[in-house]
Amino acid sequence: MNWLDDPILRVDHLTMRFGGLLAVNDVSFAAGRGDITALIGPNGAGKTTLFNCLTGFYQPTAGRIAFSSEKLDAEKIETLTRSARKHDGETFLLERMADHEIVRKARLARTFQNIRLFQGMSALENLMIAQDEALSRAAGLSFIGLLGLPSWRRAEQAAVDRAVAWLDRIGLKKRADDPAGSLPYGDQRRLEIARAMCTKPALLCLDEPAAGLNAAESHGLAELLRGIRDQGETSILLIEHDMSVVMRISDHVVVLDYGQKIADGSPREVREDPAVIAAYLGVEEQEEAVEEAVLSGGGA
Amino acid sequence: MEIFLQQLINGVTLGSIYGLIAIGYTMVFGIIGMVNFAHGDVFMLSAFIALLLLLLLTQMLGLAAAPAFVVALVASMALTALWNFAIERVAYRRLRGSFRLAPLISAIGMSTFLANFVTVTQGPNNKSIPPMWDQVIAITSGGAYDVTLSYKQILIVAVTGALLAAFWFVVQKTPLGRAQRACEQDAKMAALLGVDVNRTVALTFVIGAALAAVAGSLYLLQYGVVKSSDGFVPGVKAFTAAVLGGIGSLPGAVLGGLLIGLIETMWGQYFGSDYKDVAAFSVLAITLIFMPSGLMGRPDVEKV
Amino acid sequence: MPAERFVRALREAGWATLVVAGLSFPIIAYRAEPDFNNLLALQPRWPLFWQFCAAAFLLRFLLAFWSGDETKAKAPREKNWPKLPWLGPLALVFLTIYPLAVVALLGPQAALKWVDTYGVQILIYVLLGWGLNITVGLAGLLDLGYAAFYAVGAYAYALLAPATGLGFWALLPVCGLLAAFWGFCIGFPILRLRGDYLAIVTLAFAEIVRIVLINWDVVTHGEAGLFGFPGLNFFGLPFIPGPRGFAAHFGLPFQGIQKQIFLYYLVLVLALLANLVSLRLRRLPLGRAWEALREDEIACRALGLDTRNIKLTAFALGAFFAGIAGCLFALRQGFVSPSAFTFSESALILAIVVLGGGGSQLGVAVAAVFLVGASELLRELTFLKSVFGENFDPAQYRMLLVGLAMVAMMNFRPRGLVSTRAPTIKLGATS
Repeated sequence: MNWLDDPILRVDHLTMRFGGLLAVNDVSFAAGRGDITALIGPNGAGKTTLFNCLTGFYQPTAGRIAFSSEKLDAEKIETLTRSARKHDGETFLLERMADHEIVRKARLARTFQNIRLFQGMSALENLMIAQDEALSRAAGLSFIGLLGLPSWRRAEQAAVDRAVAWLDRIGLKKRADDPAGSLPYGDQRRLEIARAMCTKPALLCLDEPAAGLNAAESHGLAELLRGIRDQGETSILLIEHDMSVVMRISDHVVVLDYGQKIADGSPREVREDPAVIAAYLGVEEQEEAVEEAVLSGGGA
Repeated sequence: MEIFLQQLINGVTLGSIYGLIAIGYTMVFGIIGMVNFAHGDVFMLSAFIALLLLLLLTQMLGLAAAPAFVVALVASMALTALWNFAIERVAYRRLRGSFRLAPLISAIGMSTFLANFVTVTQGPNNKSIPPMWDQVIAITSGGAYDVTLSYKQILIVAVTGALLAAFWFVVQKTPLGRAQRACEQDAKMAALLGVDVNRTVALTFVIGAALAAVAGSLYLLQYGVVKSSDGFVPGVKAFTAAVLGGIGSLPGAVLGGLLIGLIETMWGQYFGSDYKDVAAFSVLAITLIFMPSGLMGRPDVEKV
Repeated sequence: MPAERFVRALREAGWATLVVAGLSFPIIAYRAEPDFNNLLALQPRWPLFWQFCAAAFLLRFLLAFWSGDETKAKAPREKNWPKLPWLGPLALVFLTIYPLAVVALLGPQAALKWVDTYGVQILIYVLLGWGLNITVGLAGLLDLGYAAFYAVGAYAYALLAPATGLGFWALLPVCGLLAAFWGFCIGFPILRLRGDYLAIVTLAFAEIVRIVLINWDVVTHGEAGLFGFPGLNFFGLPFIPGPRGFAAHFGLPFQGIQKQIFLYYLVLVLALLANLVSLRLRRLPLGRAWEALREDEIACRALGLDTRNIKLTAFALGAFFAGIAGCLFALRQGFVSPSAFTFSESALILAIVVLGGGGSQLGVAVAAVFLVGASELLRELTFLKSVFGENFDPAQYRMLLVGLAMVAMMNFRPRGLVSTRAPTIKLGATS
């Protein structure tokens, strides 16, 4: 029940509307600090839209997204909501912030459903770009970097070390200088996660990280994610279709269907929730039942 | 008041020509999402073809001006269509899977080529024909200024209206139009469902060129002069019309054309002609920055 | 089957000939020129028409015949150029001794053209190419109005030099900064736009700048342009005959070419400096962010990069280089007029970058030498006039070929002639 006692993220009454389409409808949930939280639901349930709202790619129609890498305090959130400010340095209202601010200030990082690496750049360069914040500061508007001062060299070396540590961890150290686009699919998925981790996030948001992986690869992915969680600095929020991965690693599951939350709890609770079973399995049965009813009604 | 009325007539005439060119931009953009930068030069080329054919028919074959013009118009439509067919084949077809800006850069290259090709083959100077078919209808008379409407102007507006109606019908009702709209939505899926994407795109270029040739011939008829650098500015203005009307929308292109024609003539009348091109270019920049979906276009949702 | 292949090739060639005939008639078969009464008359050129048709037939036939059957798809051949590490230093040595060698070989009179037209002019285009390469090649922002920033630099010098009395050493950075400021102002409102719209808006802005230059007579003197502004001097010593001039001060005989040689070295040093800055920036966070922006803007945003600032710096730095180049242009020409800053100038610089290939410094320099130098060479070849007639102007053919080259590059080598991209940082090099 970490998500109730010590949440890192709290979403309240989030709504996202595209013209006439209600993609996310009044969704509220919390993600616990140090947890792996899974966001599941059938296709078109609004999971990716919700992600895009969290990470600032969409401006939600209504609702509040509160986030704090330190401590999420209900009173502070209320004070902040009443003010016009985006954050007080500790607590952040993400719906008021631009995408790059969310990454840099609030410390959220994300990956994409269809991998978005910088294809033409090397694996190492991909990880260097993710450390832009520290490197830009060291480069001092590029002037210190242009002069090649020692402070810049030290910062660059530190960034390379960090990148190499991650490449080593995902088994890609040997291919550090190869273009990211030339790596096999599974390696690209892991590289994208490593790249997101290089921004030093407090919450890592993964959009279907196991999509397209074979059994061995998705097992390795689960290990990687558990390892990240167990280090204790990064909580994880993931969208996933692969139920074996979800059930194996997540501490908390939130289920969406047609833009609404239909269940929220531990993996076991969710698995046995009748609404979830209906959403995943019952839909076709229901539709068939309706069809039958229509047909028989028409015949009678 | 008389002057305003006269400029209104002139603006609608000019706007019709822009509208005809703009349809070419808007159809190509709709179907392959590409700014066909060379389209203005295709328009210029068509005017040259019409000019040469007109001279050929009147001087060498001794035809009267009116039938010669009709023959030149139709032949120019066919030859310009062939040009655009060849251009699409050589410069754009291979680039559909390439990086985002490749077709635009190729089109800029093609535009540069066409403008200089005509300069090299026909010389850089103005080519003017003697005025023909000059009868006018006086709308007001006796005042300080006689407002006139020429037969040519009526012809230009009528032809534009008729062609717009015809192509509206094509896009809405015929299999070609359906194929075009399918390619516009999702070219890969359309191909899987048996639409010949290459043929559909080629036909779009051919139709766009034929309309540009009508515009080119009418431009020659109305203004009596053309030169090899005439592709650039009218081309940009017609593109402005397409953007202003909402790129991808046929009626939008004509509406945008009329607006640009009116803005240009009114600006020229009341603020002097030195800066009239600034007006058109400003409209282009302002539209793209503040309302990129134009007056009648659909908004573009960013996909993440 | 050779016979079958022959027939197929013949058929292909027949079609191609028909198409070319359709394209060439009437635009090649006739030329309209005004006669004595100032009425247009047709001059037939049927031999040229038949030459085109014959060329089309032969080319298509040979192509179809040699490539054999088209069902056998050829594997894409990405041949990369061999790495030539000695090329850079060699070029540097050549560029350093070039003007002196030319003077020694040809004498100061004949060498003038080689130093000025082939030296200074080409180097200015190299500088322009490297500047635009930042915006287009690295950051992937297609700027079709680059000539406007070039114009800002040139007019800034031409207007400020007489007005302020400052020398070019002081005005050179001012020209660059003014152009960069313009780049910033033009860049700011258009950052949100998608790539092709952004390109069109830059074009619109550049045309507006040019029309203002033509019509704002009081300041710019319209089409006639500005001239008579102070020229180059050697740290305060003007290049004039007489006791106060450069030559007298150093005890040299006065020669007109001394000014050109000094300008040559000035442009060379500035171009090399620009190259150094570009190369170093590529290895810094800013340069990497530019390239990342070119690759995937959405991923950039997800990594916390402020895409607005990245785009603005790319625009402004590209414009800065153009401003410097504009100042040098004003110094070289001695006059500036709007006709030097048309869209075709932007297109030429863009072609230099496109042919050079996204991000390659050497490629851009080679393309500049080729595109600018080759057309100047064509102008030299007087025998071409006897072949093509007295009105033959190779400059027209230059832009014709530039256009074709851009189309060909996009179709066959979209990443440029020098297509290998070296990573900006290598693990082998640092650990």
